[in-house]
Amino acid sequence: MPPDSKLKAKKGIPTAQRLDISRSPSDVSLTEQEPVPVFEVDDLSVYYGAFRAIRNVGMTVCERQITSFIGPSGCGKTTLLRCFNRMNDLVDIARVEGSILYHGINLYHPEVNAVEVRRRVGMVFQKPNPFPKSIYDNITFGPKIAGLKGDMDEIVERSLRRAALWDEVKDRLKDSAMGLSGGQQQRLCIARALAVNPEVILMDEPCSALDPIATGRIEDLMEEIKSEYTIIIVTHNMQQAARVSDMCAFFTAEVNETSDTRTGILVEFDKTEKMFSNPADERTENYVTGRFG
Amino acid sequence: MRKEALIRWLFLGTAALSIVISALIVLTLARETFTFVTQVDLSSLWSEGWFPRRDLYDIRTLFAGSVLVTLVAMVVAAPLGMGAAVYLAEYARPRVRRALKPILEILAGIPSVVLGFFALTWISPEIVQRMNDEAALFNLMAAGIGVGLLVTPLVASIAEDAMKSVPTALREASYGMGARKVTTAVRVVIPASISGLVAAFILGISRAIGETMVVAIAAGASGGSLFSMNVFERGQTMTAAMASMAGGTDAVKGAGLTFQSLFFVGMMLFLLTLLLNMVAGRFVRRVRQKY
Amino acid sequence: MNAASRTLTSSPEIVRARLQGRRFDAAGFFFRLLLLAAMFVTLGLLALLLFDVVSGGWGVISTRLGDFLTGKLGITAARAGISQGLRGTFFIGVFVVAIAFPLGVGAAIYLEEYAPHSRLTRFIDVNIRNLAGVPSVVYGLLGFAIFVKALRFVTGPESNGATVISAGLTLAVLVLPIVIITSAEALRAVPDSLREAGFGVGATRWEVVRSHVLPYAGPGILTGTVLSLARALGEAAPLILVGATTGYLSEGAGYSLASLQERFTAMPIIIYTWAGRPQPGFQEATAAAIVVLLVVVLLANTVAILLRNRYEKRR
Repeated sequence: MPPDSKLKAKKGIPTAQRLDISRSPSDVSLTEQEPVPVFEVDDLSVYYGAFRAIRNVGMTVCERQITSFIGPSGCGKTTLLRCFNRMNDLVDIARVEGSILYHGINLYHPEVNAVEVRRRVGMVFQKPNPFPKSIYDNITFGPKIAGLKGDMDEIVERSLRRAALWDEVKDRLKDSAMGLSGGQQQRLCIARALAVNPEVILMDEPCSALDPIATGRIEDLMEEIKSEYTIIIVTHNMQQAARVSDMCAFFTAEVNETSDTRTGILVEFDKTEKMFSNPADERTENYVTGRFG
Repeated sequence: MRKEALIRWLFLGTAALSIVISALIVLTLARETFTFVTQVDLSSLWSEGWFPRRDLYDIRTLFAGSVLVTLVAMVVAAPLGMGAAVYLAEYARPRVRRALKPILEILAGIPSVVLGFFALTWISPEIVQRMNDEAALFNLMAAGIGVGLLVTPLVASIAEDAMKSVPTALREASYGMGARKVTTAVRVVIPASISGLVAAFILGISRAIGETMVVAIAAGASGGSLFSMNVFERGQTMTAAMASMAGGTDAVKGAGLTFQSLFFVGMMLFLLTLLLNMVAGRFVRRVRQKY
Repeated sequence: MNAASRTLTSSPEIVRARLQGRRFDAAGFFFRLLLLAAMFVTLGLLALLLFDVVSGGWGVISTRLGDFLTGKLGITAARAGISQGLRGTFFIGVFVVAIAFPLGVGAAIYLEEYAPHSRLTRFIDVNIRNLAGVPSVVYGLLGFAIFVKALRFVTGPESNGATVISAGLTLAVLVLPIVIITSAEALRAVPDSLREAGFGVGATRWEVVRSHVLPYAGPGILTGTVLSLARALGEAAPLILVGATTGYLSEGAGYSLASLQERFTAMPIIIYTWAGRPQPGFQEATAAAIVVLLVVVLLANTVAILLRNRYEKRR
């Protein structure tokens, strides 16, 4: 674990240390032991109009790890998550300050194309949102729009197998995806995201609409695909964060008395075991032990 | 509590009045239609044209007129209405949408006589006669374009509602996979709202078939019309034929079965639009059930 | 994708090249252009229409607006006025307000607040929706067969039942379904919590409707009714069938009740008749009459729609 990933975000502290990780191709490690940073977030604030949703977040997300975001409602977890693939661009009044480096490239640089970002950084949403099309067409949507040539049948099978859904649906690929159960729909959405071969998968409370059994299957699935993908998951469920994630970030909201708005801040970011056994910040401890939130 | 019961019955009465109105429409139409169908010389229903005062009731003439006008109207209204709807639902920024939508709604209230006048005095000389310099001043083409312009805001409004009812989650799913705006609109939103778009189209047709004044003013042919499939000539639709028979100093001109033929045409019009509206209603319900 | 190739893509240069692959999105650009064209051709043509009639009628409006509004129909365009049309349209409006509004709002209240989930209710509902789609000219037939005939004995032989009463009743029936549908929508938008709060303090259903539901739904109902009024004032086809005329009109009983017994005309009818007249000057007179009608109709529409948007935003 690089030392910088333990940095706590504090307002105004320059994160020069992190910016120092300048990597030339020769530095790139091929070993699994040294985690490679995928995202380096520096002093990031997001505004909706005049309202500041999150402020001064800094963290590093590493390759082939599961990073979880926990914290009470309204603390900006989802807002931050949506910065990693520039989904916030779709909100007209949203504005981002600071930077997110993706393999050293600032995602918010004017020359970066959000569409290209999203093809590398896929997303799974809170509620399963399959297209009202067949299971097959749901999977092939992404590869087709990305102009991917190749055997679609094979892509469909591979994606569904990876999402542990193949055996359940292989005989009814032409049926509407709306006929699947909630858990199956969510796994289909994961399969759909995997079909375009992204490097990162963002998951926004992917299990909040599912029952415990379906949740368990999604968690197993995450564990399985972790070896090939970098995963960031927002969750309300602390047990889930403890079970599946390698790194964990705790956010909270500070209330602005004058305008009665809440701005999210990053309290602590560390290895998950440490966050749940021996957190450095009192607020984290209160939250993970259930005394707050 | 007696007052409560009384009020309830009063309101029920007002609601039930609509059934009475429907029944009256059907009964009045049916009675005269029956007379017409039983007394008319059947060969006159298939003759050289629609001349009720000469007892020539060629139905083809009116159907051809209605079909041509509706066709032209939908060629205008479908792309304009659907395009405007996709723009408002998917592309326009909220501020632009908030400004454009009410303008479109207000303009949807322009009376059809006004569009008839516009079709006759501007569309016909400036568009139709330039397209085809042999076109008459009164022609079905100008009437059709006028009707199309009248129907466009209606089509746009229903189509936009349908696309707005597609959940944002589907758009996000599409964007989240790196789809562009055009891909999201064409391959996700439009397929997901297709039932509503079809409904908008069918209701547009229904409205175009039932439109009277634009055709009555711009297509000429008061009194009667020869069978013709040429949109650049005068012509008559079912609706315009009714207005033309009833127009003038007395309620209904002519003798013989002219009076009854009015109700006969009315009956066909009623059944045709009812059928279209019911089909459209089914499509609308399909959208509601889905989301 | 195996681990080695995945890691190698991490080279900033390669990543940058990929992320910046901002090819010109031609399909998206042309699609957007197409949509904009549709929007602006529609608005442009309608704006052109407004410009066309205003410029066409400007000669009449700027030189003799007073005479035009107070004058009577006639053979010479230069002296023709629309006072009889304004009177007819005014009375039609009165009938629609007095008949269609209370009946329509009452029916909407029944359907939304009182009606049980029964087959009868569903039947009424479907029936109203279908009525709203019946072409206006068919309502004209209804008005002719029912109102004109029934009123023959009331109005005397002179007008033979073809009076503004028949016209007003016919148009009231025509807009009734629209009033019901828009009012029902406004009532449906009232949150149930408001009703429950009323019932919770022991109010009867009518008391809840009168003091909580109707005030809340008021602006929405008003919008719907004003829009239907505007629709009624612009209708011409049904009036032709109930015997509107521009010919044998009596010499003005003014706005008295006696005028209700006479033959009538209305603004849309004047426009329809004049539009077809070949004599010089009538095109200008038609355009001027259209401007007068549009001022009334579009003003009503604008007020209604702005009112609705304002109240919708407040919620």
